[in-house]
Amino acid sequence: MAQVTLTVNGKQHTVEVEGRTLLVELLREKLGLTGTHIGCDTSQCGACVVHIDGISVKSCTQLALQADGANILTIEGLADADGTLHPMQEMFREHHALQCGFCTPGMVMTAVDLVQSHPEGLSEKEIREGLEGNLCRCTGYHNIVKAIAAAHPLMHAQAAE
Amino acid sequence: MVFQGIGASVRRKEDVRFLSGKGNYTDDINRPGQLYAYIQRSDRPHATIDSIDIAAASAAPGVVKVFVGADIVEAGLGGIPCGWQIHNQDGSPMAEPMHPVIAVGKVRHVGDPVAVVIAETRQDAKNAAELLEITYTDLPAVANLTDAVKPGAGEVHDGVAGNICYDWAIGDKSVIDGVFASAHKVVKLDLINNRLIPNAMEPRVALGDFDTSSGDWTLYTTSQNPHVIRLLMGAFVLHIPENKLRVVAPDVGGGFGSKIYHYAEEAIVTWAAGKLRRPVKWTADRSESFMSDAHGRDHVSTAEMAIDKEGHFLGLRITTLANMGAYLSTFAPAVPTYLYATLLAGVYKTPVIYCNVKAVFTNTVPVDAYRGAGRPEATYLLERLVDVIAMETGIDKVELRRKNFIGVDAFPYQTPVALQYDSGDYQTTLKVALKNADWDGFEARRAEAKKRGKLRGIGISTYVEACGIAPSAVVGSLGARAGLYEVAEIRVHPTGSVTVFTGTHSHGQGHETTFAQLVVDQLGVPFDQIEIVHGDTAKIPFGMGTYGSRSLPVGGSAMVKAMDKVIAKGKKIAAHLMEAAVEDIEFKDNTFTVAGTDKSKTLTDISLAAYVPHNYPIEELEPGLDETAFYDPKNFTFPGGCHIAELEVDPETGVVEMINFTAVDDVGRVINPMIVEGQVQGGVAQGIGQALMEACIYDSSGQLLSGSYMDYTMPRANDIPNLSVATENTMCTHNPLGSKGCGEVGAIGSPPAVINAVVDALKDYGVRHLDMPATGAKLWSIIQAAPSSGNAPAMAAE
Repeated sequence: MAQVTLTVNGKQHTVEVEGRTLLVELLREKLGLTGTHIGCDTSQCGACVVHIDGISVKSCTQLALQADGANILTIEGLADADGTLHPMQEMFREHHALQCGFCTPGMVMTAVDLVQSHPEGLSEKEIREGLEGNLCRCTGYHNIVKAIAAAHPLMHAQAAE
Repeated sequence: MVFQGIGASVRRKEDVRFLSGKGNYTDDINRPGQLYAYIQRSDRPHATIDSIDIAAASAAPGVVKVFVGADIVEAGLGGIPCGWQIHNQDGSPMAEPMHPVIAVGKVRHVGDPVAVVIAETRQDAKNAAELLEITYTDLPAVANLTDAVKPGAGEVHDGVAGNICYDWAIGDKSVIDGVFASAHKVVKLDLINNRLIPNAMEPRVALGDFDTSSGDWTLYTTSQNPHVIRLLMGAFVLHIPENKLRVVAPDVGGGFGSKIYHYAEEAIVTWAAGKLRRPVKWTADRSESFMSDAHGRDHVSTAEMAIDKEGHFLGLRITTLANMGAYLSTFAPAVPTYLYATLLAGVYKTPVIYCNVKAVFTNTVPVDAYRGAGRPEATYLLERLVDVIAMETGIDKVELRRKNFIGVDAFPYQTPVALQYDSGDYQTTLKVALKNADWDGFEARRAEAKKRGKLRGIGISTYVEACGIAPSAVVGSLGARAGLYEVAEIRVHPTGSVTVFTGTHSHGQGHETTFAQLVVDQLGVPFDQIEIVHGDTAKIPFGMGTYGSRSLPVGGSAMVKAMDKVIAKGKKIAAHLMEAAVEDIEFKDNTFTVAGTDKSKTLTDISLAAYVPHNYPIEELEPGLDETAFYDPKNFTFPGGCHIAELEVDPETGVVEMINFTAVDDVGRVINPMIVEGQVQGGVAQGIGQALMEACIYDSSGQLLSGSYMDYTMPRANDIPNLSVATENTMCTHNPLGSKGCGEVGAIGSPPAVINAVVDALKDYGVRHLDMPATGAKLWSIIQAAPSSGNAPAMAAE
């Protein structure tokens, strides 16, 4: 067992983990943050995407120990403390970009990074390519693409404030 | 106030929890003292289990218990039951071999459970499983349909000759043969409906719990139908009566059919929890999902149509081999019979139809219903055949369809294959789809694409399906071992808010929203004062669950019926309070009124009186306002429509790019257009996946080659085009909502539209037909092999 200290959604945690413990297991099992999901075992589905120091990462591909000292944002930390949804969450709801909700946390975290890293704007094709690492079986992606396109101006307007 | 009743695209109630990471999926649930099960699965397609040495595994750190097949035999556990019995042509019942929850003596597919290691942690259980010493003797395996029915093929089950589960037929062979003997022309097509793996994004999970004080079991499971699981597992496998067994299916991350069935793992964890007096949890790795979730489709068929000089369809003759896998899953026998052959009239007035289906055991994962179930297979077969008829007769493919359509004035229409369609308007859905897809402008787009070196194609499919499953007496006569009604309880609380308990289950369909809209519409209760509860046998009276696009037409109709009872009782209370005759009370917009007066009481006045019955007709009427209804549908429902795919093939690589997809569906009354569009979009994406990329592949020895997302191609965002989705609805005539259901239409109509478009794109290469999936490699090979040589398209010969 080893100790890892990391900040998750603004709160610092020090946790005992095995060397083989994955970051997603730490989040789900040690911290009870079950919003981050596990949909595969080959790092293909993206249900486990979180932000590590602002960058979207599949938390099933990282050992918990690698996250020592990191600042992690999960789906639970995306909305404001008063429950006001992040513009990406709001646009997913507005455009019916989720059905069963299982891929949704990873999809939203990927989408937030995609929009943040493209302040100049995103074409439909760029959005679709940007979702390359995330699988959804319910929506056919159509409404996810619409939601991300709609969130882009909202997020960048908010960032400019 | 914003309108939130029937017809409004109300944003979903469930979304905030899913978007905030507050969903409650089965793997999110943990019980105190919980143990973890790891299932050691067979890596052999077919073998005898000669010995299992569990000593080292049992002694490994953290291990509490190892169970093998002998343990379940000793405990007297039953086999996993099949919910549908088909009879052979000679009247004898289908072969129904035992399906033990842990393999006993033999394994029959890669993934068959051989041993269960239960330990303090998941990792302990996995580590210990490595120490199991299992010796097998391999047996000859049959990995696919054509091999399984060859003379001398290995037998999956002793005593099931030729691996035939059943040999079933519908229609009169001598009559159809007569039609063919005198036909002007016969068009024949051999085709394969590719085997698929459903791949709901949430892997299956089962958590068994046992309350040592009450002696009650609870199973938390990823199910589309918790009551069905309670019935099958309790009555047939574990012999636990309903009152001692609770099944909870909380938030479920997609099903598409694969979470209908009772699976071995559910029984294993429930039984083990009772034996060990501790909760036991099993969570599938995705790799396990690939080799243990029921697969879909997998038909090999020959279809022949007899036509007259004008291209009228005179008779359809079909033989189909349908893969059952190694054991019969819950609904498996019904899929290639009553959900397939009965749909072979399609939207056409073909007067005579004959279909022979042989269901076949193979050494593969069980095959059962996957989104559409049987109806995509029927639609694909018909719509490919119709396009080939058009090609071979020179009749325009749209015109050929039009001239054979069942007319809008022909309903109710009795098909020659048992079903009676209640309503539909195939000319209209076709007309609107052609317009939305700009069918007439296609040749200009093809010419433009050609300048860019691309082969552009367009494909059409017109379809009908049967859903809203199903009238109990009818399905009972066809072999179903259950009724297929649905149940709703409407609880009006003392202060007028409402909780609905539904026997259906929402795993993406948005029932918490649409079902609340039904209550807004009928009772006039505000949307935010309505709660929909599903997925727990301890809360809901009963239910058959969600599949076959049944939740709204059957479950919603049960709600309507229960609300009718609420209103009827409310009228009696209102009549008493307002000193009027019951017949004079009218109910509208949440208010009971004495007709022709200004005397009125709100539903809240009435519910309060019902729960505080001081001034109340207590002699004639029980207190309370809580009504339950069971609704048994009078018929199936028949959504239909037209799908059009437009795509481009790159002749250099064979890769297909989807350009446009247009769907115009008739789903009956629409409660929430936004949700209907989402359901169709998702179904279409699965259909495009089947047509272009998805394929479950076994090698000839029975090893599963497509056992991960690295090998099984799932459609990603960049594979799917913008989807144009619209509805043109006729009402279902036999349920109170007029709704037909929309969950499966997308997956049913789309695959033939895509393949018809691929064949159209390759029309200069002499392609008559190709089997799904139309991968780049496959198309590249076809282009390379074309007589025109190289990859330059031959000039069109017309």
